Amino acid sequence: MSTQMPLENDGVKTGHANDDFAWMEEQTSPWKDAWRRLKKDRVALMGGIVLVCIILLSVAAPLIAPYDPNKVEMAARLLPPGTPGHILGTDQLGRDMLSRLLYGGRISVAVGFIAVGIAMFFGVLIGLLAGFYRGLFDAISMRCMDVLMAFPYVLLAIAIIAALGPGLINAMIAVSIVGIPYYARIVRGTVLSLREREFIEAQRALGASNFRIIFKHILPNALSPIIVAGTLDVGWMIIAAAGMSFLGLGAQPPMAEWGVMLGEGQKLILVAPHISLLPGIAIFLVVLSLNLLGDGLRDALDPRLRQ
Amino acid sequence: MPDSAFLEVRNLTKYFPVRHGVFGRSISWLKAVDGVSFSMNRGETLGLVGESGCGKSTMGRLIIGLLAPTSGEVLLEGENVHAATGERKKQLHRRMQIIFQDPYGSLNPRMPVGEIIAEPLYIHGLARGEQAQKRVRQLLDYVGLGSYCMGRYPHEFSGGQRQRIGIARALAVEPDLIVCDEPVSALDVSIQSQVLNLLSELQDELGLTYLFIAHGLNVVKYISDRVGVMYLGKLMELAPGDELYSNPRHPYTRALLSAIPIPDPKVKRERIILSGDVPSPIDPPPGCRFYSRCPEADEICARESPELRELDSGHLVACHRVGG
Repeated sequence: MSTQMPLENDGVKTGHANDDFAWMEEQTSPWKDAWRRLKKDRVALMGGIVLVCIILLSVAAPLIAPYDPNKVEMAARLLPPGTPGHILGTDQLGRDMLSRLLYGGRISVAVGFIAVGIAMFFGVLIGLLAGFYRGLFDAISMRCMDVLMAFPYVLLAIAIIAALGPGLINAMIAVSIVGIPYYARIVRGTVLSLREREFIEAQRALGASNFRIIFKHILPNALSPIIVAGTLDVGWMIIAAAGMSFLGLGAQPPMAEWGVMLGEGQKLILVAPHISLLPGIAIFLVVLSLNLLGDGLRDALDPRLRQ
Repeated sequence: MPDSAFLEVRNLTKYFPVRHGVFGRSISWLKAVDGVSFSMNRGETLGLVGESGCGKSTMGRLIIGLLAPTSGEVLLEGENVHAATGERKKQLHRRMQIIFQDPYGSLNPRMPVGEIIAEPLYIHGLARGEQAQKRVRQLLDYVGLGSYCMGRYPHEFSGGQRQRIGIARALAVEPDLIVCDEPVSALDVSIQSQVLNLLSELQDELGLTYLFIAHGLNVVKYISDRVGVMYLGKLMELAPGDELYSNPRHPYTRALLSAIPIPDPKVKRERIILSGDVPSPIDPPPGCRFYSRCPEADEICARESPELRELDSGHLVACHRVGG
């Protein structure tokens, strides 16, 4: 034991020296740092892997789906999962559930990411300008955001769809409008604290234009909370879009979309629960994996949790 | 005083509004800088000292045009810094730079050091691509850092190294005047002298003019030709460095000097301990700002604010009780 103690100490020391050395060798950008921490977070990594698998399966749907998702086969209606030829069974029109799930994944995942992209773009822009310029623009835009936030989101989305007409694209636009204030708030708060920092003052002293200060210096530093929020939000958007479809306001029936499938199975839930259950599980898996990944990203990107 | 001073500060004043009450209806004014005048010659170092909150940092930011004054003007070789717009203003930014106190906050954490130093080159269109790289290497060399730093990020450097990076960034535009806003007060004592030496070497090499802001007289003594003492937004005393240290006239300066520790326990001296705290700069009373803590205060001090006047050549004091 007595010989182990100094050895341990030495071990710690050399470990440190090696770390220092690695630190000298590698060029560590804050993003690489975050990636290194993320890799150590197993739960987040699992979420990421599941998510990547789902995305790959959805993208490859035309190659791997055994049937056309809309091919009606009246002789093979309501087959339970496990039936040879239809591993996940068929629905009330004899359409293959597996094929429909795979094709539905394409739409749901794409809608989730695109809706977040739209919401993020406008939200970040409004947040950046409001936080940087303050004054009248800040007051007006933030009150508008408050109004948007004060509405129950489903009601607001329904109102927007009522104005635009039902359909997948309009449902997507509706849920992204609902998502804008979320980003605008986060970004504005971050910008308010960043604009007082000395490195921004240094840019002003150098005579940099506001455009340059906002996009080259403030935005990269405001990015990590946006990325975390965005990851968590994709799941929310998928649920919201599926919800709209379930209510008949989004994607329309023959289309293979998870929300539509959920809605179609509703009437047969006691006879053939798998028709609703399977798309429900798919949504659950995607959203869960996104949330796990998002939580992991938050820990990895948050400098306050850094050792 | 020659009328063609390099930098002239005339009656500079900055009040910040402080809102309180319902809907911020009632406003009081925080008088950060209140009617300060002085001038600087090319190539000299003017030290500016005072306690925290006396307005010395605000002063530095006013001079380089980061803040707009409430009244008064700053003239750089006759040109009003705050009246310039557009291209003229950009040119003035090239001539005046600032080095900040906090080496952790003054560098963009998401930008590699090479980029940080190249930013001023891009902003003013001084160099691009290969040429910019060369210039950055040269600037790093000036401040005693190798070109290996270029791809690294600020968090990989120590406080002293970061301060050097900040200096390199300020030097990139080849300025004439650099406002040093407490550049060493966040550093270890051993590093302080390195950075101070670097600053004075650069001054000799490049003919820079420094406005050196600090909160203690000992740091300023080392580097300054002339020293100004500020208290609550006013300039109390301004004199050549040696003169100020050997013959301080203002009671506040004397108190500050007596507070510098002497590393010899045998030396006996009279310490002037000021009672109380610095009063709030929000809506200060008329009269001398130092009245509430001055050991020599008289009734005239409560009524009238003393003007800064010249006692001996180059030695200016704002006090009713000095030099009759």
